[in-house]
Amino acid sequence: MIAFLTAVLASGVRTGTSVLFATLGELFTERAGVLNLGVEGMMLMGAMTGFGVTWLTGNPWMGILAAMVVGGMMALLHAFVALVLRAEQVVSGLALTFLGSGLSAVLGSPLVEVRQVDRIPTWPVPFLSQIPVLGPILFDHNFLVYIGFLLVPLCWFWIYRTRQGLELRAIGENPAAADVQGIKVMRQRILYVAFGGVLAGLGGATLSLALTPTWVEGLISGQGWVAVGLVIFAGWDPIRAMFGSYLFGALRRLPIDLQNFARFRANPSLGYFTGMLPYLFTIVALLTVSIGDIGRRWGAPAALGRAYVREDRDA
Amino acid sequence: MVEMRGISKRFPGVLANDRVDLDVASGSIHALLGENGAGKSTLMHILSGLYRPDSGTMKVEDRAVSFASPLHAIRAGVGMVHQHFMLVETQTVAENVVLGDRRLGFRMDPSAIRDTVADLGRESGLEIDPDALIWQLSVGERQRVEIVKMLHRGARLLILDEPTAVLTPPEADTLFDRMRGMARAGRTLLFISHKLNEVMELAETVTVMRQGRVVDTVPKAQVSHRELVRMMVGSPVLFDVTVPPVQQGRKLLSLRSLRVENDRGQTAVDNLSLELRQREILGVAGVAGNGQRELAEAITGLRKLQAGTIELDGFDVTGSNQRRMIDLGISWVPQDRQHTGTAPNLSIQENFDLKRYRSARRGPFLDRAGQSSRAAALLAKYRVAASGRLQPVRLLSGGNLQKIILARELSTELRVLVAESPTRGLDVGAIQTVHELLMEQRSRGVAILLLSEDLQEVLSLSDRVAVIHNGRIMGILPRARAEADTIGMLMAGVVPEDMAT
Repeated sequence: MIAFLTAVLASGVRTGTSVLFATLGELFTERAGVLNLGVEGMMLMGAMTGFGVTWLTGNPWMGILAAMVVGGMMALLHAFVALVLRAEQVVSGLALTFLGSGLSAVLGSPLVEVRQVDRIPTWPVPFLSQIPVLGPILFDHNFLVYIGFLLVPLCWFWIYRTRQGLELRAIGENPAAADVQGIKVMRQRILYVAFGGVLAGLGGATLSLALTPTWVEGLISGQGWVAVGLVIFAGWDPIRAMFGSYLFGALRRLPIDLQNFARFRANPSLGYFTGMLPYLFTIVALLTVSIGDIGRRWGAPAALGRAYVREDRDA
Repeated sequence: MVEMRGISKRFPGVLANDRVDLDVASGSIHALLGENGAGKSTLMHILSGLYRPDSGTMKVEDRAVSFASPLHAIRAGVGMVHQHFMLVETQTVAENVVLGDRRLGFRMDPSAIRDTVADLGRESGLEIDPDALIWQLSVGERQRVEIVKMLHRGARLLILDEPTAVLTPPEADTLFDRMRGMARAGRTLLFISHKLNEVMELAETVTVMRQGRVVDTVPKAQVSHRELVRMMVGSPVLFDVTVPPVQQGRKLLSLRSLRVENDRGQTAVDNLSLELRQREILGVAGVAGNGQRELAEAITGLRKLQAGTIELDGFDVTGSNQRRMIDLGISWVPQDRQHTGTAPNLSIQENFDLKRYRSARRGPFLDRAGQSSRAAALLAKYRVAASGRLQPVRLLSGGNLQKIILARELSTELRVLVAESPTRGLDVGAIQTVHELLMEQRSRGVAILLLSEDLQEVLSLSDRVAVIHNGRIMGILPRARAEADTIGMLMAGVVPEDMAT
C-alpha cells in the first residue's frame, strides 16, 4: 500500500508540474487585477512550440525557451486587447484560447508524425533520492519539477516580502490608490500579464517535453482551465497553488496507477470515473468560491477583471 | 507655494476649469470654496498630477512644473487626500503608507515599515495602529492613514478634498486641530469645501469657485459669511423654503422594529421604528452609511427584512416585493440617480414609463403613442432641459436627471414617497425645484420620508426630524425643537443630556 501511495504521490508531483507553472502564471496575472482565460491556448502553443523547436534544434532547453517566449507573446496580445483597448477581458481571454488551440493544431500538424525528440532529462538528486518514500516522491524527477520547487517559494517571497509584491497586490485591489501613489498601473499590469503567459508557455512545454514527450492536437486537454480553477482554489496564494497542482496531478494519474489493481482492471467504467475526478474537483472548487461572497473572503483581488482609466470620472 | 495660471480642463460636455488662476502662500491654510460641480476637485486633481490640464501653467515653490502623473506631483512635494479614500482595504495601515515609496529596498521588512509608520504617526500627532487592516478602520481613522501616507512621501503641500464630508462633528474638530498643527509646523494646507462654517473656522485665505471659474481670492478676515455665499451662488438665493401650514392626516406608514442587513450580512438597520402621517415630511438626518440606504430599500421592497413589520395605511405589507410596493403607492427617489434611478441608455420617454408600461399598453405591445404624449406633457410640466423626449437620459445633467425621476415617481398614484438625498450634487436652482416639488406633494397628502445628509435641507423641510446613527434612531424632534447642534450630536451617536430620559 505504501508503495502504491508513494507511486501516486511521485507521479502526482511530476504530472502536476505543468499545471503548477500555468497556475502560478495566472496567479500573478490575477493578482495584478487582470483575468486571462487564455491559459489553455497559451499552454497549447507552448507545448507545440516547445516540441517543434526541440525537434528542429535537438535541444529541449531551446524548446522550453521558445515556448516561454511564445506564451509571453500570446499574453501580450491579451494585454493589448484587454488593457490598452479595454475590451471585455473574459471575451478576449476566451478568444485567446480558441486562437491557441486552432493555431497550435495547424502549425503543429507536421509534428504529429514525429515520434521521438530529446526530452528534459531526469536527474535523481544524489543521496536524497535514496530516502525511502520521500526520495521517490520529491527527489527523483526531471529538472522542470525541481524548477517548480524553487519557483513556488520565490513567488511567495515576491508577493509578500518585496516592494514590487506590495505594489502588485495594490494594483489588483485598488488601482486608483496605487496610481495616486505614483505606481505605473498600466505598465505593471502588462508586465504581469506577459509573465503569466511565459509561465503558461512553460507549463505547456513541460507536458510536451517531459511528461508525454509527443505532440498531438489538443494535448493540454483542459489543463489550462484547471489552472484557472486552481488559482481560485488556492485563494491566490502560491503555496496553496502548489498543493492544489500536485493534488490535481495525483488525481490525473490515478486511473493509470490503479491499473495495478485487479479489481480496477475488471471494471473498466471505473477508469472513466477516475479520469473525470480532476475536472470534477475543478468545478467544485470554482462553484464553492463563486457562491455568495465566499470569493471575496477567500481573497479575490477586488479589482479583478476591471479596467482602470485615470481620467474616468466617478471611477 | 503654488502658482497656477490659466488652467483649463474640458471633459466631454463640460468645461470643468475655465482659465483658472490660483495662488497659495506657503505655510497657510487655504480654502477652495464652491458648490458641487464648481470645478474644485478637477483643479486639485490637476495640481496633484491625476489629470492633465488642457492648457495653463503651474509653478510649485517657484519652479515651473508639469505633472504627467501623481508621481511627479509627489516628487514636487504635493500630496492629495482624496474624497474617496485611495486605500487598499485588504492591506495593513503600514503597507498602505509605504505603498509606492521607491526608497524602500527590494526586500520589504514588515517590522521595519511598521516601526517607521508608527513613529511618523506619533511625530505628526496622527496616531494610527500600523498593523490594523484598512477595512477594520472607521472613516476618521482612514483619513488619518491618508494624511500620514502623504506626510511619509514628504508632502509640503497637502490637499484635502472635502475632508469633513464623511466625518461626525467631533471627528471634524479633531481634524481641524491637526490641520492647524501641520500649518504651524510649516506645511501648506489647501482644502476643498462647500461648507461655509468650516471655511470660516479654519481658513486664512479663501478662493471661491463657481462654474469652473475663480470668482475671487480673499483673506478670511476681510470677508463676511454673506459675501461668501453671494460669491458661491452668484446672486443671493433664498435658502428658506416656504412650508405651508397643513393639518397632518392619518397614519400612513408604520415601521415596527425593523432589522435589515447590508450586502455584507451585517445589521444595518437595527430595531428601527418610525411612523409617518399624511401631509408630513419626516426628515431622517445622519452621516452617510448609517443604514439610510438599507432602510429605503427595505421600505420599497428591494431588501429583505430580518425582523419587524411594515404597515401601510393600516394593512400589513411586510414582505411584499417591489412590484407590489409600487402598486400600493410607494414611490422612491434613490440616491444613485444614474444607475438605480434611471436606465442610462434608454430615452427620457422610456424612463418615464418604467413604472407604468404594464398598465398603459396596447394588448401585448407598448403604447408608444401614449408614451410620447405623456412624456411631452411631463417634460413641459417639470421644465426639463433636454433636446427631446427621445434623448438618452445618460446625457442629462444631474438636475435634469433628478427631474426625470421625480416626474416619474410623482406622476403615479402615490401615498408614500421615500426620497434619498434628493438634492445631492445639484445646483441651487435645481435644489429649489426639488424642494418645491416635495412641498407640493406634502400639501397633496403624501407622506414623505426624507433621508438626507444635508442638515440644512432636513431642518428646512421637515415637520419632524429623526436622527439615524448606526442603523438606530437616536431621537425624533419636532421641527420647533430641532436645533442644528442637538441634531449634530445625535448624528455622532451622542445623546445630549437634556434629551436623555
